[in-house]
Amino acid sequence: MMKKILLMLAAALAVAAGGARAAGGGIAWDKFPVERVTDLAALQNGAKLFANYCLNCHGAEFMRFNRLRDIGLTEEQIAANLVFTGAKVGDTMKVALSAQDGKAWFGAQPPDLTVIARSRSAVGMGTGADYIYTFLRTYHRDDTKATGWNNAAFPNVGMPHVLWELQATQSQTQYNDTVADLVAYLQWMSEPVQTDRVRLGVWVLLFLGVFTVIAWRLNAAFWKDVK
Amino acid sequence: MAEFKVAPADAPVGQKLLTWVDNRFPASKLYKEHLSEYYAPKNFNWMYFFGALAMLVLVIQIVTGIFLVMHYKPDAALAFASVEYIMRDVPWGWLVRYMHSTGASAFFVVVYLHMFRGMLYGSYRKPRELVWIFGCLIFLCLMAEAFFGYLLPWGQMSYWGAQVIVNLFAAVPFVGPDLALLIRGDYVVSDATLNRFFSFHVIAIPLVLLGLVAAHIIALHEVGSNNPDGVEIKAKKDAQGRPLDGIPFHPYYTVHDILGVSVFLFLFSAVVFFAPEMGGYFLEYNNFIPADPLKTPAHIAPVWYFTPYYSMLRATTDPMVNVFVVLTAVGAAVTLLLGGLGRNAKIGVAVAAIVFIGLLKAFDAKFWGVVVMGGAVIIMFFLPWLDNSPVKSIRYKPGWHKIMYAVFAANMVILGYLGIKPPSDAGTLASQIGTVFYFGFFMLMPWWSRIGEFKPVPDRVTFQPH
Repeated sequence: MMKKILLMLAAALAVAAGGARAAGGGIAWDKFPVERVTDLAALQNGAKLFANYCLNCHGAEFMRFNRLRDIGLTEEQIAANLVFTGAKVGDTMKVALSAQDGKAWFGAQPPDLTVIARSRSAVGMGTGADYIYTFLRTYHRDDTKATGWNNAAFPNVGMPHVLWELQATQSQTQYNDTVADLVAYLQWMSEPVQTDRVRLGVWVLLFLGVFTVIAWRLNAAFWKDVK
Repeated sequence: MAEFKVAPADAPVGQKLLTWVDNRFPASKLYKEHLSEYYAPKNFNWMYFFGALAMLVLVIQIVTGIFLVMHYKPDAALAFASVEYIMRDVPWGWLVRYMHSTGASAFFVVVYLHMFRGMLYGSYRKPRELVWIFGCLIFLCLMAEAFFGYLLPWGQMSYWGAQVIVNLFAAVPFVGPDLALLIRGDYVVSDATLNRFFSFHVIAIPLVLLGLVAAHIIALHEVGSNNPDGVEIKAKKDAQGRPLDGIPFHPYYTVHDILGVSVFLFLFSAVVFFAPEMGGYFLEYNNFIPADPLKTPAHIAPVWYFTPYYSMLRATTDPMVNVFVVLTAVGAAVTLLLGGLGRNAKIGVAVAAIVFIGLLKAFDAKFWGVVVMGGAVIIMFFLPWLDNSPVKSIRYKPGWHKIMYAVFAANMVILGYLGIKPPSDAGTLASQIGTVFYFGFFMLMPWWSRIGEFKPVPDRVTFQPH
């Protein structure tokens, strides 16, 4: 019985190694330019790309359209430019594609993208943003695949190269920028509060730093009586 | 019943009110016994912050937990979405949730340090055995609380972690499969499991936990705190019966703990605001993928605070069981030859050893892995009776005892590290050595704790005025 468990663990290890390869393709992940997550123009461009290229097959079911106000868009802009399904701006980003169709067309239901940038992080490999930034830039032609595409960061991926027209018409630098904007949006969407969190954290630590000094002196004032 | 007191007619309203209350409820008495006239040794060092900090984290967990329950949905179809709802749509929900998730890890950090403090200074020794045992029970509750709570976000790690741990119970001989079924409420981890885990997490375990914390503190205040010198301060009292080396808990240790609290909150907030995932160790990356019963993750590891014990579980392979057989036989042989036992006792030892070896070989190694994991926690309960050293505190123990405690701590860290990693041959061997050391440390303590050159313990605590 224990041998069976050990074999299973060994198999799991092999799968883990394979999984790491499936996620990394043996290639190290490129570094996503993190400063874009605080760049509103990049985030807005990313949101536009996301709505146009991703949202047809993927959902972001925990993300409301009107949260995009946080990246400098008005409700009117959101409704006019980013909502294509007749959803209200207060709705979450539901997917139009049914789970059955997704399975039939791509072999698996395309995953929800709300927190994809958090879930794809891997200890020792990089952040989820690094992974997606690498993934979207390493598609190549492969006629043995049903979609005609394969990917170096995710071998045998079911998803075709949705951005191929952009890659074909843009220079490598321009395309890197395009992908970086899209990934910036995905990273922001995975935790919309992330920049506020850090900003608030600075004040909290400043307060606690000062409070610690006060607590230290208060303690000393009381303890001077203890001989 | 205490004598009925009457406040003077011209006393302030506050005093009259307090007198009224004191005649009906021991408010002043409790305040005196537990704060203003609870005499704690004046030589506490920084290791003594962790008890108060554990209380603080308990309060943080309860208060944030109350607010989380207002928005969380214990339903397999809604749970994951409700957590993201808390993170996005509930005002300050993200802060409450990060405080709770960071609080879980912080709880184990402070409790592990609190326990290690107790081990270093012999805080479990007579007359504090019950303080220690209540503490061990609190630790058990905490582990259960963390385990049940971890299922609730309903991510992949939640789901498969629960699946793996519940399946461990299936290894119990005869009743295992039924036991696992009883825990899950289903044949796989499912909505039924989520509902019962929610119930355990938000009410059953917290109730027991609060009761045990009260018992822990009542027992502590009955016997008085130990200190880094392991000196009984009650042995030297002044004319009023106050320990010479004791100071009132309030205000001296309340202001002292405020300092500890502010440093702790600084570190805690640094994690909450700047690294709530803590590199994937406080919030695991896989747990941002909704639970999928059809897709087993490549690598399932418990959260960091369980990994030392998880390593011991994985270390218990078939060869390891053979090592246990040999160790049992050697232990029995040494007892028979050197124990100086009577005839009947010798027969008893021999029979017990043979029966135990038979059981070791009769059941699956997986079952013994579960026994090892549980035993690693249970053995802590016996610490007060395993330690035979003539002094309490590490300060007056031989130098090689200090090395033993350092190795014990390092061993826990190494086992914890190995439990995070996927299994490997070298890792398994290392965790097997670590497991044998862990149990050897405790089971041989009655002998090794007496050996060496002990330093004389002073009559009074060592203290330098600040």
